[in-house]
Amino acid sequence: MRLKLVPDETNWDFFKRSKLTLGLSGFAMLASVVLFFVVGLNFGIDFKGGTTIRTQSTSEVDVGAYRAAIAPLELGDVSITEVFDPSFNANEHVAMVRIQAQEGAESVSVEVINAVEAALQAVDPSITFPSVESVGPKVSGELVQTAVIAVLMAIGAVLFYIWLRFEWQFALGAVAALVHDVVLTIGIFSALQIKFDLAIIAALLTIVGYSLNDTVVVFDRVRENLRKYKKLPLKEVLNLSINETLSRTMMTSITTLIALFSLFALGGDVIRGFVFAMIWGIFVGTYSSVFVASAILLRLGVKRDWSKPDNTAGNQYANVDA
Amino acid sequence: MLQMSAFKRVVIIGVCLIGLLFAMPNAFYPRVEGHNDAVKAIEAGADSPENAAAAAAWPSWLPSTIVNLGLDLRGGAHLLAEVQVADVYEARIEALWPDVRDALRPLRETVGTIRLQESAPGELRVRISQPAGMDTALAAVRELARPVVTLTGGGASDLDVRAEGDEIVVSLSEAERLATDDRTLRQSLEIIRRRVDEVGTREPTIQRQGEDRILIQVPGLGSAEELKALIGTTAQLGFHPVVGRSSNPDQDPGLRNKILPSIDEEGVYYIVESLPVVTGEELVDAQPAFDQNNRPAVNFRFNPSGARKFGDYTAENIGSPFAIVLDGEVISAPVIQDHIPGGSGIITGNFNVEESTQLAVLLRAGALPAGLTFLEERTIGPELGQDSIEAGRIACIVAFAAVLVFMVASYGLFGVFANIALMINVGLIFGLLSVIGATLTLPGIAGIVLTIGMAVDANVLVFERIREELKTAKGPARAIELGYEKALSAILDANITTFITAVILFVMGAGPVRGFSITLALGIITSVFTAIYVTRLMIVFWFERKRPKTIEV
Repeated sequence: MRLKLVPDETNWDFFKRSKLTLGLSGFAMLASVVLFFVVGLNFGIDFKGGTTIRTQSTSEVDVGAYRAAIAPLELGDVSITEVFDPSFNANEHVAMVRIQAQEGAESVSVEVINAVEAALQAVDPSITFPSVESVGPKVSGELVQTAVIAVLMAIGAVLFYIWLRFEWQFALGAVAALVHDVVLTIGIFSALQIKFDLAIIAALLTIVGYSLNDTVVVFDRVRENLRKYKKLPLKEVLNLSINETLSRTMMTSITTLIALFSLFALGGDVIRGFVFAMIWGIFVGTYSSVFVASAILLRLGVKRDWSKPDNTAGNQYANVDA
Repeated sequence: MLQMSAFKRVVIIGVCLIGLLFAMPNAFYPRVEGHNDAVKAIEAGADSPENAAAAAAWPSWLPSTIVNLGLDLRGGAHLLAEVQVADVYEARIEALWPDVRDALRPLRETVGTIRLQESAPGELRVRISQPAGMDTALAAVRELARPVVTLTGGGASDLDVRAEGDEIVVSLSEAERLATDDRTLRQSLEIIRRRVDEVGTREPTIQRQGEDRILIQVPGLGSAEELKALIGTTAQLGFHPVVGRSSNPDQDPGLRNKILPSIDEEGVYYIVESLPVVTGEELVDAQPAFDQNNRPAVNFRFNPSGARKFGDYTAENIGSPFAIVLDGEVISAPVIQDHIPGGSGIITGNFNVEESTQLAVLLRAGALPAGLTFLEERTIGPELGQDSIEAGRIACIVAFAAVLVFMVASYGLFGVFANIALMINVGLIFGLLSVIGATLTLPGIAGIVLTIGMAVDANVLVFERIREELKTAKGPARAIELGYEKALSAILDANITTFITAVILFVMGAGPVRGFSITLALGIITSVFTAIYVTRLMIVFWFERKRPKTIEV
């Protein structure tokens, strides 16, 4: 007896409510943009500059006492958060102390770090500092810049590749899905205020890759079916292709999610944000390959006859309802 | 029918075996690491029984390259330093004044008196009293320029000489600045490498990044602070003529002079000429020693040109004080007793033995040509790294096991084939990582886990296709063949697009992003190989033995 995630034969109409799904996606993207501008991202020191000190102690973390100890040093914005993680031992109490970049100092002052460590040690003698990281404002500015460029370049390169392999309508559909995924991921990061650092950019680009992976597999089938069923309306072809690849889509998403969930649960707190971004990306990526990429392809229409010269050249929207 | 040439079979099996052979040392990580360290130590001359035993713990005919663990996994210190390349322009231009003066002196009749003017850093301004002679003066100063030796700056001269009213302005040309930057950075890299090597840690990473940055990662070092202390000292040594002494640090030292604090006399400042007679760059050796009063000191020796300058100066200035300046502080200012012709001398000061040894090391390793600014520093404790490895390992095992079970439940025997291919795939990733000497980081482990999830995708595509083809009842062999054939374009398109993003990540990314992109890119390559060829080979073998009439996928 084989495990089957979806029935052998499905014939679901994915575009019955395409107005609604596209509307929902549009709304979610809008909400993400608003969240991004109103609430903003919780940038880590990679992008903001500053210092984070990870503390570890055998006694309970007392955020108030830590704060009181650091306050006299007048370091500006200091945030202290306790880290909870199921993988910690019972006597392992971890907190993150974040200190803003100090005015006018490009390099990070050893004195500041020493002073903070000494102040904390006075509160809790058993405290240790497993990691101390500082990024100067100059580098962090550049990191933001390269990260944005990297994401844009990835999207651009992909647009180009799909345009070469398919038709421009496919490329637009795929990139719409990509932008959708990236925007929604940024949205959830600002909604949940998860720390946004360099590793998240890596996750974001993987989402780009993964979402594309999904979209390309569906489009590949669409292209094949367009050649096979020359008379079938585009909507039917799209539905047929999505139904045919549905089993694969689910299998791959589930296996990847299994792997990611185990990393999320067991991989430790250091990479949890990163893994969360990827899990989220697989959900939205799978959704968007059907409900955004294909729906947009349906609206753009596509040239049907691959062998004859294009009768509607220069009038690409002529066969929207083909 | 299902066919595969014998040659192809041999190649596929061969690639797998070689990959796994190179991956294998990673399974015995501590032993191989011990072996590698010991071999290195023995080569360096430390031939102890412990080293010999450690070296023998791993057979030398087996590959011994292992995956480099990143700092986030093993702990250590990370620094990103910016080299203040512009410092060098200033020193270069400042040193030019005597030459300019000498070039203009014979032309006094046409140019009049020559006077050095106050100027912005990196610029030399000389006023001449007869502006009519400007052209002659410019020509004379231009004679000093030399062509820039670079690949791109061919034909350019190293100095820009122009007239501004009655002033001659000399600065470094753009081409020379670029060439200087490059030289400065290379020199800094070399010096940092030597200083880090002095402490003898394992596999430090010292890399140039971009135009003016150096990335330094030293595994196993306690803190970034320690590393900074080790490499951050400029050790800029110079011997300057003394103009006077003062107790006021704000006193105007006069043009081309500077005021420097004394290192061991509180509240004493020396006014010295900015331009040193000899610099530490002309030093060839420095050794800790004792002076005639048996106090710790440092012996040094100059190269021939330094020795000549030092000899000439001491001969002409017997009886006047001479300041030995290290990193902007006067170590001592002895009075020149005698002509010192041989180019060797002794630095005395208020040192203890340790300090004199440290000073000798710094002088020997050479001066950093320019100051460093630290833009980024990270210290990762070894326990944190150990925890991360442990967490990553458990996550990998669980992810792996779950995917294996899931695949068998979904595809039966074909799922087993896919699983074997998946294991080979992970082996190949490790093999490749070891061979290319890439560094495995925590995000890198996440990349591998993601590959595990995604590697099955290609197989899923193929198996689903075979299922579909079986419905049209073409017979199992044909269905398998068509399944692979038809899935290929989707597999390639899907993986190439992901590969594109991995490449962009690698090019643009730094640190964690890079580590992730490497494992992702390698994982894509190996998973396409294992999914298309290895599973197929297994299916072919199985098919040839069993010759099934029907198959279930």
